[in-house]
Amino acid sequence: MGQIQLKQVTKSFGDVQVIPPLDLTIKDGEFTVFVGPSGCGKSTLLRLIAGLEDITSGHIEIDGTDATDLVPAKRGLAMVFQSYALYPHMSVRKNIAFPLRMAKMDQSEIDRRVNAAAEVLNLADYIDRKPGQLSGGQRQRVAIGRAIVREPSAFLFDEPLSNLDAALRVGMRMEISELHKKLATTMVYVTHDQVEAMTMADKIVVLQAGVIEQVGSPLELYRAPRNTFVAGFIGSPKMNLITGEEATKHNAATIGIRPEHIDVVQSDGMWQGTVGVAEHLGSDTFFHIHNTGLAETLTVRAIGDISLTHGDTIHLNPRMDELHRFDAGGLRIA
Amino acid sequence: MATKASRSAARIMMAPAVILLLGWMLVPLIMTLWFSFRVYLPLRGGDQGWAGFDNYTRFVTSSAFWPSVQTTLIIVLGVLAITVIFGILIALLLDQPIWGQGVVRILVIAPFFVMPTVSALVWKNMFMDPVNGLFAHLWRFFGAEPVSWLSDASMGSIIMIVSWQWLPFATLILLTAVQSLDSEQLEAAEMDGAPFLKRFWFIVLPHLSRAITIVILIQTIFLLAIFAEIFVTTGGAFGTRTLSYLIFQRVLESQNVGLGSAGGVYAIILANIIAIFLMRIVGKNLD
Ligand SMILES: Nc1ncnc2c1ncn2[C@@H]1O[C@H](COP(=O)(O)OP(=O)(O)OP(=O)(O)O)[C@@H](O)[C@H]1O
Ligand SMILES: [Mg+2]
Repeated sequence: MGQIQLKQVTKSFGDVQVIPPLDLTIKDGEFTVFVGPSGCGKSTLLRLIAGLEDITSGHIEIDGTDATDLVPAKRGLAMVFQSYALYPHMSVRKNIAFPLRMAKMDQSEIDRRVNAAAEVLNLADYIDRKPGQLSGGQRQRVAIGRAIVREPSAFLFDEPLSNLDAALRVGMRMEISELHKKLATTMVYVTHDQVEAMTMADKIVVLQAGVIEQVGSPLELYRAPRNTFVAGFIGSPKMNLITGEEATKHNAATIGIRPEHIDVVQSDGMWQGTVGVAEHLGSDTFFHIHNTGLAETLTVRAIGDISLTHGDTIHLNPRMDELHRFDAGGLRIA
Repeated sequence: MATKASRSAARIMMAPAVILLLGWMLVPLIMTLWFSFRVYLPLRGGDQGWAGFDNYTRFVTSSAFWPSVQTTLIIVLGVLAITVIFGILIALLLDQPIWGQGVVRILVIAPFFVMPTVSALVWKNMFMDPVNGLFAHLWRFFGAEPVSWLSDASMGSIIMIVSWQWLPFATLILLTAVQSLDSEQLEAAEMDGAPFLKRFWFIVLPHLSRAITIVILIQTIFLLAIFAEIFVTTGGAFGTRTLSYLIFQRVLESQNVGLGSAGGVYAIILANIIAIFLMRIVGKNLD
């Protein structure tokens, strides 16, 4: 079990309200990702759930019981920190066994669980080393190991991969996803990397300044962003947001079109402009286009290698059925 | 200093300092050694030739020797225990966000700036005086008989005075260590179900072990040689004669430089034995 419910939760530091009243339900077994720009309150929200920070008002329920005033240890949640927070003077084995020792578990049961965790996470080779003698990725695994031995009802991750290099990050991303499939435990995962969010999440919560902008599955957010903020935040490269005359033509204050939904044509496109930067990746080509009369720059993703370069004129055809329309308040027009 | 040339240049340039320091250290050491083998009584005929190991045997066989070693060790261990334990507690308190933190910190450090002689005199006359001292008034207020601290509880009093002087040093070093502890580690331990005392025992204390080692090593060096505090309070009476005080008495009160020097050599040996022990026990924390 691991259902977490936030009811009208607020958080203020002194006079500054970081989280205005917020409602959120995280279902049992779900992989929920909090995304949002830096400083939007993702970590704060996670720490409120963990109990490391007192909520200013509202209620937190875990598995249907009120956990608002429960101390962190009693909530049955495990957390993996961005800095790993391993205990430097203890060996890997002792680090992983620590929560079990604190729970006064039998030594034989401790050994069994630590060995099982070491197996799952491939820690066996360095189980007797100290954290200082491990690489970043290995430390991350130990931190996850320390979380899983407790068999918590939910895992909380605060940007666990942000200290790793790109290749390792991709690997660990897979491992965490696989772990989630294997354990089927609720996971709440904070990141500002929207690729992580898209690839790992069952459900994404997009936050801005402590306010939930949209909750939904990755593809729901991709296909039907509720407002311009979500539209600009989810998807890579970012959606092109166009205001002005072109938008009025479509009865909207703002229209949005994703770079992958604009086709490059030889001539007679609906739009045209000059290529600023062309990024040739082989499989795709990203064009940053100026002088379209629509927006400062327009980003276009074309499949394959198209040999247009800086200064060339480019003709474009947006796919009209993929157009997103937003009203003056930035909200989506259905 | 990577190349051969730069290494030898560095050696040449460091040489004067090294030679000066070596001389500074070696001259008194050699003089002490020299005098310890002489019969040297400044007021009774001066240097009267070789003594062999006479001074050494006389110093150890004197009835005052072993008690003085014991006294020295008790004072050192007592002060270390008090300063380390209270140092940790005060450091943990000072780390909490409190109103007027800056002022409180300076107040805590203040005793370190008071000269040993002065602080011992202040304690002797203002606190521990059996007639006019603050403690005497306090005792009388509660209807108790004032204690003559420096004669009836002489060792405790001296340990108290010296601890008061060294507590700021311990606190300061331990405070910087406490502040360098990663708060996420404590939060992780909290989530792992460790209550306050267990967090202290399993996370904070191991983190402080280095700082505690440094405090113990440095303080031991200075505490083995405390003198002023004893000189101005008990004058070595009431069982407070430490090894260094005994040496002082042999040289200046008995006017026997040879005997005192032999005592000095014993003090060096004692200090080295303790240093080796300390290094063995706690030095491994410093790797
Ligand atoms: N202890 C604190 N005291 C005062 N303000 C705080 C405190 N902790 C966080 N804040 C503020 O709360 C806001 C949200 O912080 P939070 O750490 O949750 O952001 P975040 O979304 O995790 O950002 P990032 O992606 O950079 O980690 C920030 O504006 C921050 O300045
Ligand atoms: Mg954060």
